[in-house]
Amino acid sequence: MDLAHTARTEALRSEARGWLREHVPARPLPSLETEEGFAAHRKWEALLHTGRWSAVSWPEEYGGRGADLFGWLAFEEEYWAAGAPGRVSQNGISLLAPTLLAHGTAEQRARVLPPMASGEEIWAQAWSEPEAGSDLAALRSRAVRTDGGWLLSGQKTWSSRAAFADRAFGIFRTDPGASKPHHGLTYLMFGLSEPGVTVRPIGRLDGKPAFAEIFLDEVFVPDGDVIGEPGQGWRIAMSATGDERGLTLRSPGRFLAAADRLKDLWRRTGDPADTALRDRVADAVIGARAYQLFTAASASRFAAGASLGPESSLNKVFWSGYDIALHETALDLLGPDAELADTAWAEGYVFALAGPVYAGTNEIQRDIIAERLLGLPKGRH
Amino acid sequence: MRFLLDDEQREFARSLDAMLTAAGTPSVLRAWAAGDRGPGRALWGRLADAGVFALAVPEAYGGLGPLPVELAVACVELGRHAVPGPVAETLAAGVLLSGAGGPAAEEWLPRIASGGAVVSLRLAGHGPYALDADAADAVFTVDGDELRIAPGPGEPSASADPARRLFRPEAGGAVAAAGPGVRGAARAAGDLAGFATAALALGCGEELLRATVAYVKQRTQFGVPVGSFQAVKHRLADTLIGLEFARPLLYGAAVELAGGTAGAGAAVAAAKAAAGEAAYAAARTALQSHGAVGYTEELDLAWWLRRARPLRDAWGTPSACRARVLAG
Repeated sequence: MDLAHTARTEALRSEARGWLREHVPARPLPSLETEEGFAAHRKWEALLHTGRWSAVSWPEEYGGRGADLFGWLAFEEEYWAAGAPGRVSQNGISLLAPTLLAHGTAEQRARVLPPMASGEEIWAQAWSEPEAGSDLAALRSRAVRTDGGWLLSGQKTWSSRAAFADRAFGIFRTDPGASKPHHGLTYLMFGLSEPGVTVRPIGRLDGKPAFAEIFLDEVFVPDGDVIGEPGQGWRIAMSATGDERGLTLRSPGRFLAAADRLKDLWRRTGDPADTALRDRVADAVIGARAYQLFTAASASRFAAGASLGPESSLNKVFWSGYDIALHETALDLLGPDAELADTAWAEGYVFALAGPVYAGTNEIQRDIIAERLLGLPKGRH
Repeated sequence: MRFLLDDEQREFARSLDAMLTAAGTPSVLRAWAAGDRGPGRALWGRLADAGVFALAVPEAYGGLGPLPVELAVACVELGRHAVPGPVAETLAAGVLLSGAGGPAAEEWLPRIASGGAVVSLRLAGHGPYALDADAADAVFTVDGDELRIAPGPGEPSASADPARRLFRPEAGGAVAAAGPGVRGAARAAGDLAGFATAALALGCGEELLRATVAYVKQRTQFGVPVGSFQAVKHRLADTLIGLEFARPLLYGAAVELAGGTAGAGAAVAAAKAAAGEAAYAAARTALQSHGAVGYTEELDLAWWLRRARPLRDAWGTPSACRARVLAG
């Protein structure tokens, strides 16, 4: 049992550290949930790409570095420790790209991945619908066969940053007569400025406008933009939400850096007599280390050929609760300044609040943990 | 990086688990609580034969250690089976005596490694009590830079866990070692005791969760197993999360102890806080999910229910551990 990285990982880490020291903007970019901030973050993605840092785990031919999971984890530690900007391409890079690498064609990968790596094309997810949230398989948006492709109609919602993104991916009902709700679904990609697409921004809790709903009225999608076989959309989408996705959705580096900043804030402003607050700061430090080591164990199992499956639900419930507790502690340390809206801590807090809701609510994750890891009886009552 | 137990370590855990399952610790615990140490000492002899107590004793003194990863593996199993006696104390004495050196180390370390000696311990800064001192062949105390062998176990007090008894060792006794080396050895022993207790707590929590999952699957109310209700399921899911995120902290601390890194003490503190809290949360969940029968001595579960909180607090309360984490 050891925690030592290989020379290759350490070399990647040190190269990343040097590059980030040179290039990370001295002043934080405006929020990526605004039009101005989105454009600034797109430029940052282009700069990252010139250093080949935008997608280190991808194969080199698509703009990556072929890094293994340990390399990716080390890069992420450096990235967040350097105070680098949030990733506006996150949905494409961590959700669509692994799906394409596993289920896409060579043509799709060659066409979609390079502009994703450079920030020229930024992708939004289109999963949820007004009547299909936690019960995603209840989705109704449909794709109907037409010459050379499909016509999409329906409504998608809660689509992060779709207000400014270029393209979207999601699953659609292609066989309304299928015997089960999660059968007869197909995974598709489409452009957000195609005829028939209407994107309506939805103000988030903090008023920022990047969240959106997407209305689709007979939007044409060529056959080349179907991922995998028609009818296999559920299986393909779930494979992307399982395994590696459980490891890559939120990297430990992000929380290690945030816990470090919290510790600094506490050292500068904390009242040494307030041991209740001190304990919460310590819990943030302990939790970041726990998450880092838990991930190291998962990555080690993955590298040894194991499949992770429902374990990723443990991961998701942990980090989403952790993220909120960490930011609440920071706000408590800020005292009267906690109410200010545009501080990094306030933005991080609002971002964290969504964690237990998206990517499968924590209630759904706890059902999965109870039924698949503990073996409790199925059912939701 | 390979942050996983190897096959040999997993086999070690399986063999201890099988041996302790066959031994049936609840009857040993009942005897121990009633003051009959015979079955407990016999069980300790078998654990020593399996190599458990040699893990903290250096080879120069007839041991196998220090092997922190294996020590964690063993203590998780001992915690899972609620083995009675001063386990963490005896293991920590291995570190204390090998650090202090001298004739006391020569005399006691080979006996600890072979299972010939059960040892209890009181270290300045870790409270006034020595666990199960009456069952120990020696009680070591450290104050300042003096290591002594207590002249007698002292006065007992009942613990919240009837299978633990707390003693205030008699003052004085022969000085076994003295000097600044003793201070350092006591610090390392305190860390090792906290580390072993974290592992015992994790094992205790795992057993509480296992027993509770088994219970809620078979206990029926409103015509269905109570384990099919989301209120129950989600609490059990959270209990599993607590334990599963404490485990890597324990093994992370093991790697740091093995490497002798400067951060090992803080890593132990993080593991102790997380494992102690997770085990205690598991006890609360177990009690609540069992309902009224959980509040009785009718089930063997009571041995684990009553042990979780003492393990959470012994050798580093959560608050003391959190302070240590921030001190670096």
